Amino acid sequence: MREVAIVGIGITKFGETWEMSFREIGIQAGLMAMQDAKLTAEDIDALYVGNMSAGRYIEQEHIAALIADYSGLARDHIPATRVEAAGASGGLAVRQAYMAVASGMHDIIVVGGAEKMTDVGDAASNAIQSSAADQQWESVFGATSPSLHAMIARRHMFQYGTTREQIAQVAVKNHRHGALNPNAQFQKEIDLKTVLRSGMVADPLGVFDCAPISDGAAAVILCPMDMARKYTDAPIRILASAQASDTLALHSRSDICTFEATKFAAMNAYRQAGIASKDVQIAEVHDDFTISEILAIEDLGFFEKGQGGKATEDGQTAIGGSIAINTSGGLKARGDPLGATGVAQIVELVQQLRGQAGKRQVGGAKYALAQNVGGTGATAVVHILGVQ
Amino acid sequence: MTTARFWRDNATRYNLIATKCGNCGKVTFPPRNVCPVCHRKSMGKMEKIHLSGHGEVYSFSVVYDAPLAFEMQKPYVIAIIKMAEGVMLTAQIIDCECCEVAIGMKVKATLRKIGEEGPGGVIHYGYKFVPA
Ligand SMILES: [Zn+2]
Repeated sequence: MREVAIVGIGITKFGETWEMSFREIGIQAGLMAMQDAKLTAEDIDALYVGNMSAGRYIEQEHIAALIADYSGLARDHIPATRVEAAGASGGLAVRQAYMAVASGMHDIIVVGGAEKMTDVGDAASNAIQSSAADQQWESVFGATSPSLHAMIARRHMFQYGTTREQIAQVAVKNHRHGALNPNAQFQKEIDLKTVLRSGMVADPLGVFDCAPISDGAAAVILCPMDMARKYTDAPIRILASAQASDTLALHSRSDICTFEATKFAAMNAYRQAGIASKDVQIAEVHDDFTISEILAIEDLGFFEKGQGGKATEDGQTAIGGSIAINTSGGLKARGDPLGATGVAQIVELVQQLRGQAGKRQVGGAKYALAQNVGGTGATAVVHILGVQ
Repeated sequence: MTTARFWRDNATRYNLIATKCGNCGKVTFPPRNVCPVCHRKSMGKMEKIHLSGHGEVYSFSVVYDAPLAFEMQKPYVIAIIKMAEGVMLTAQIIDCECCEVAIGMKVKATLRKIGEEGPGGVIHYGYKFVPA
């Protein structure tokens, strides 16, 4: 296996970009990443695109070839592959590319992630997002993505004494971080009352407990470490890439307050990187709902099971705390264009490790971790990055 | 959901049919061909059983933001129910006020309309739960 480096990054501003089409945002992120790595089209060996549901959002399948075509790569005939694992599509696309470079199959790969969600109405988008759940045994009875996460929240409160306020503090903290990120969908701080008084979506979770509906794209360029200096003075190393799965339906698990897939992927990732959870100083975790971040920071080993709410309330997960979680604003404030999210997490960590994160910069970080989740934890992808 | 896709699982939805592993005794719902614990050892030993219909609330939520197919029912209670046989499933709880539902509450299954396809479309039936 070859060591793999990230030598270029690109990201669009997330939000409702009605003036731009799916292909335009996808290409914008890709070209930014190529410029960052000073690549030309002839250098590229392959393209991977993370996308959850272009078929239902914009009625367009076959999007990997589409992105390659409109990026001007059609005449180079490079392999272009779409990767899908619901909300974990982006992280999984990065992992597929990582494996292709590590194995020696390809040298230079562009990994993109993109989703255009705002072309359909809110009810339709809700239904599409909820299709990550088991359609035959969850959704058909009226379970939605927010209500499945609400059941996790209620059970966590019951089992561990986690409070509604502690859960809401995830949104407050991530909006504070998002206010420092010029690419975030929401760049405005909110207070605890705003979260607690926001309209109910699925009790106990309100509007401000849920990541928004977003358009956006992100891209990264991967290459073998021994070629990396050709493209950048500051290559970032991928120290670990791990993935795990679990039952599709939440009710098939013995305990819904832990995502075993996250725990398994993290365990493998720490072993690959040769580090422990305490060595990680920055992490981008999958806060599609506020409660999801609490599960994530426990399952990744940053805090004891049941202590995630208290740690958040005590400010330990904010920039300046013991571990900076979601410096980008997370899915909650940066936005959550499903297929783009896992790639955007990597972009944020690369910016942090390069020291290019502006007002949200965390000083002196050596190890950074990304956790990307599909559905209610049926897929989890964990990457660990490090400075060279 | 299309009629055929729904209809195929009707027997299980009407009768709460589960499977019990002849090797380790684990109950799975919906029915499975292979036990998730024993894998190959369970092949050909998965026995169909009827769940008693009795269970208790493991967790729940009140849904205010519903998909189109459930627009007429909102707000409604969705829950994960732990059945007496130890297996869990997802279903609505009806015939009680939202505020009465609590973790640990005893419930029993009943056959009800669970949704319909489009305006004036086919009506789907399946299990919902009521206070026991
Ligand atoms: Zn068994």
